[in-house]
Amino acid sequence: MTARADAAAAAPLLDVEGLRVAFDGREVVHGLSLRIMPGECVAIVGESGSGKSVTARSLLGLAGPGSTTTAERLEVLGRDLARAGEREWRGVRGRSIGLILQDALVSLDPLRPIGREIDDALRIHERMPPAERRTRVVDLLDRVGMPDPAAAAGRRSGELSGGLRQRALIAAALALDPPLLIADEPTTALDVTVQARILALLGEIRSRGTGILLISHDLAVVGGLADRILVMRGGRLVEEGPAEQVLRTPRHAYTRALIAAVPTDRARGERLSVSSAPVTGDGGSDDAVRTGDRPAPPARTAVGERPVLRLDGVTKTFPVPGGRLAAVDDVSLDVRRGETLGLVGESGSGKTTVARLALALTAPDAGEVLLDGRPWSSLPERERRPMRRRIGAVYQDALSSFDPRWSVRGILDDALGTVLPRAGRRERDRRVTQLLDQVGLAAPVGARRPLTLSGGQRQRVAIARALAAAPDVLICDEPVSALDVTIQAQILDLLEDLQRRDGLALLFISHDLGVVRHMSDRVAVMRSGRIVETGSSDDVFGSPQHPYTAQLVADAPRLAA
Amino acid sequence: MTPGSPTEPVRRRRSTARHAAVLVGGAVFVMWAVATLTFFAIRLIPGDPAQAILGGPGSQASQEALDLVREEYGLDQPLVVQYLAMLGRLLTGDLGSSYALRVPVADLLAAQVGGTLLLAVLSLALAWMLALGLALWSTGRGRIAAAVGEGVELTAAALPHFWLAGVLIAVFSSGLGWLPPVATGTPAGLVLPVVTLAVPLAGFLAQVMRESLLDALEQPFVVSARARGESTAGVRLRHTIRHAALPGISLSGWALGWLLSGAVVVETIFAMPGLGRTLLQAVTLRDIPVVVGVVLFVALVYVVMTVVTDLVARVADPRLRQEGAR
Repeated sequence: MTARADAAAAAPLLDVEGLRVAFDGREVVHGLSLRIMPGECVAIVGESGSGKSVTARSLLGLAGPGSTTTAERLEVLGRDLARAGEREWRGVRGRSIGLILQDALVSLDPLRPIGREIDDALRIHERMPPAERRTRVVDLLDRVGMPDPAAAAGRRSGELSGGLRQRALIAAALALDPPLLIADEPTTALDVTVQARILALLGEIRSRGTGILLISHDLAVVGGLADRILVMRGGRLVEEGPAEQVLRTPRHAYTRALIAAVPTDRARGERLSVSSAPVTGDGGSDDAVRTGDRPAPPARTAVGERPVLRLDGVTKTFPVPGGRLAAVDDVSLDVRRGETLGLVGESGSGKTTVARLALALTAPDAGEVLLDGRPWSSLPERERRPMRRRIGAVYQDALSSFDPRWSVRGILDDALGTVLPRAGRRERDRRVTQLLDQVGLAAPVGARRPLTLSGGQRQRVAIARALAAAPDVLICDEPVSALDVTIQAQILDLLEDLQRRDGLALLFISHDLGVVRHMSDRVAVMRSGRIVETGSSDDVFGSPQHPYTAQLVADAPRLAA
Repeated sequence: MTPGSPTEPVRRRRSTARHAAVLVGGAVFVMWAVATLTFFAIRLIPGDPAQAILGGPGSQASQEALDLVREEYGLDQPLVVQYLAMLGRLLTGDLGSSYALRVPVADLLAAQVGGTLLLAVLSLALAWMLALGLALWSTGRGRIAAAVGEGVELTAAALPHFWLAGVLIAVFSSGLGWLPPVATGTPAGLVLPVVTLAVPLAGFLAQVMRESLLDALEQPFVVSARARGESTAGVRLRHTIRHAALPGISLSGWALGWLLSGAVVVETIFAMPGLGRTLLQAVTLRDIPVVVGVVLFVALVYVVMTVVTDLVARVADPRLRQEGAR
């Protein structure tokens, strides 16, 4: 490894100039230049639709069907690939460049054991006897920190946790020790502690001389690893430089907007989205989101005295072979008017079950949920139904919660049905327009269908729908986890504004510490169904008492201070 | 909640065992229900069973003969007693005797079942080959291939057996003279019946397979595989073909049952001996025990094939096993 790194020290691993990628004649990457030296990590940062993933894939000749890639220069390890055919590319893929995709259940074939997936590169490129390949696969899994690598080789992706799947993906990319790795959002969708470990693993791989091209939408994630950062927008580089310079003294307004959008270590109430700049960046349909002409946020409503929503010693168990698993174990929480309670924890900690209990969608085995000091979870559903309008919910995946054939107006009108059952056509239309306006959507969006909206717009519609019934409490379950940081910033600002104006009580559930800290007055940290620590946001994150909280705080990615 | 915990394999094995128990229990219930329904449905057919036993409605049997037959076959007993007697017989595997042919139904079935099953299984195999070939050929090859594939599938799936059989006979027997127009008991005689049954089924299977093939080709694991240097052919062979086969496996149980009903038409057209023709003759002659026997046998094939395909699908797709564990 080191010997090779020394020998190649002078020559770049990847040398690209004037890279252009077009789909069916429409150009999405407009002349990009990029150079990666051995042992160097270069990050491309930008939001969805900026062309960063297409760029990454075109460096493997895999831009996709209907694409044409041209470049003035495209050299990998000194080999000219600007006009390479499929056969030549196949020799490069896996051997010279390894690709690590974002973890998903299906980034590895769900029908094949991961060992076979890792073995692929060895089988394709090397004449190695099967026994030797098996040893190598186990070695690779061991190298990426897979517990019990021999047994893990026989597992399929569905049997592994997200972090372990990501490790398997990395092992597959490392199979032949390619001098260059391309990692496309390698830690998106992972819990913070897992993310920290994956980033550490990538750092370790780099220190052995491997060059890394890191693709991400989150500056905070790349900050700790990248030597150089390229900021990409609309298929062009808008800024490029050493990581520290880009993070500390960004020159371009867009880079500044990206940095401002990172919620970690930002005080409660501080604006995250850049509202006056022309940069709204909502998936290219800027005209539909009117963040520019919104008035300054209203003054905060005073936090109420009595809790609006209260969970009192709530326990919920699910049957598992050999007993019952307590998904939520003796949890007590309360949220007051005008206040945000953040609930933070990793996947599987029981956060979503708490949300379902609070919404009375599932009944607790012990304990009680109270709404406005009155029984809520113990009521029969029939008596609960008239009160349901007082508690709203916003989920992570807005799209799947809409009927795809309904227009946005139809969705909102339907939500109004329970509140204004006798209102006339005109009154309801007026209310729908008002709701769209409240969440910063222009009126024409009302005629569109959910599928044609960007992720941020969908989440705005979901919030408008939750607001239709004018609830007192809003349960937000990972409301921004599927969004880019810039869009996330807008949605967080929107929720903040709504709370200030209406005095909404928010139960804000997320695995992202930075987001929870920025949003919450008080925080509860959840682990394995139990609340391990609770207190004011500053206390809990400033001086964590529980070792688990301390670990979470330490692992959260932050912009280099 | 925690994937990869040490209890996982145990849990999964137990869940598979429980799943198998549920399937077998369901199968027994279905067989009982089919037997019961058939038994009572037959009583709704107008006409006297004793009359049918003695040669059909036109036989002018004497009252004594009728009484004798009724007693012999237990037809003078209350319906409930007859029903329980039938269930008892069925439990011991006794299907009764044919009214018309005076031979045990079991023997009759045994003689006919081989030919029909051979016909159905060959058709299923041919349908699979045609469907998989068409699905693989028509995906990832541009819009024209996709449109051709879709058109062929839709047309094939819509072809009625009797029409297809007629065309095939007209072209390959009467026209070209390559193949016999009726089943001759030789392999050549099987070709046209098998093709007749296989083509519509292939069209149907190909539609389902192509759908999941297209779906699989868009998944990120295809990009992962190609980024390791896998060729497009390799991706198809090692990855997407399995995903395409999954719905085909699940449908095969249903398909075999569907082929057995199709056999009624095809065996009649090609004058082949088999279950289908036996059933048609038995219904015409009101030969009730034979009808019950064939219906029960077809139901059994459906049930067994459903259980088998379900278990095979669980072997082929580990995700199904995991869903069961939750």
